[in-house]
Amino acid sequence: MADQSTIVLFSGDLDKAIAAFIIANGAAAYDHEVTIFFTFWGLNALRKDEVVKTNKGLLEKAFGWMMPRGAKKLGLSKMNFAGLGPQMIKHVMKKHNALTLPQLIELAQEQGVKLVACTMTMDLLGLQQEELIDGLEYAGVAAYLGDASNGKVNLFI
Amino acid sequence: MKADLVLDTKGMACPMPIVKAKKALDGLAPGQIMEVQSTDKGSVNDFQAWVKQTKHELLSYKEESGIYKFFVKKI
Repeated sequence: MADQSTIVLFSGDLDKAIAAFIIANGAAAYDHEVTIFFTFWGLNALRKDEVVKTNKGLLEKAFGWMMPRGAKKLGLSKMNFAGLGPQMIKHVMKKHNALTLPQLIELAQEQGVKLVACTMTMDLLGLQQEELIDGLEYAGVAAYLGDASNGKVNLFI
Repeated sequence: MKADLVLDTKGMACPMPIVKAKKALDGLAPGQIMEVQSTDKGSVNDFQAWVKQTKHELLSYKEESGIYKFFVKKI
């Protein structure tokens, strides 16, 4: 059986999400079976860019409006400067030929990295499956632990 | 050294050289040799670790005016 690696992406910060996806893509190149488990703010990295019409309550709608809508909208954990920071980082990443977060996500899916959305925190934040990108799996802590128990590398970001 | 495949990852940033190398190596037959070219300064340590873990063989590597060349034999 192939070695396994898992990452919990809890954070919704751009820099942390980039780090998580670089490690995940590297692990996939190591022939590991890789799982990224998205919970809490990490789920925002999986949101579609466009507004998806859903049927939900006022509080859930408010959450939806306040949280970043997708990988292109995430802020930085440091030096965010009300959105100027991410523009700055994207500029230097381009200069250094580093892949953008949407490209890293696409590459991870292409390499067979398993992207799992935590259904419990989706409920808390009022996120529905239709609002998230395609190709995800939906599960809870037991499924994550099943993978992590076999994992050689398990990270919480 | 004569390689069966030359993979150019010059200018690419981490993790692309390793990702590309894995894909290229998947397409080779056991015993064949791949030459990877990279300008990433981390690639010497990266390739040594990667080859060891994936059980392939790093035959040799060298640096020529900022370009690293790795010769990897598929096992």
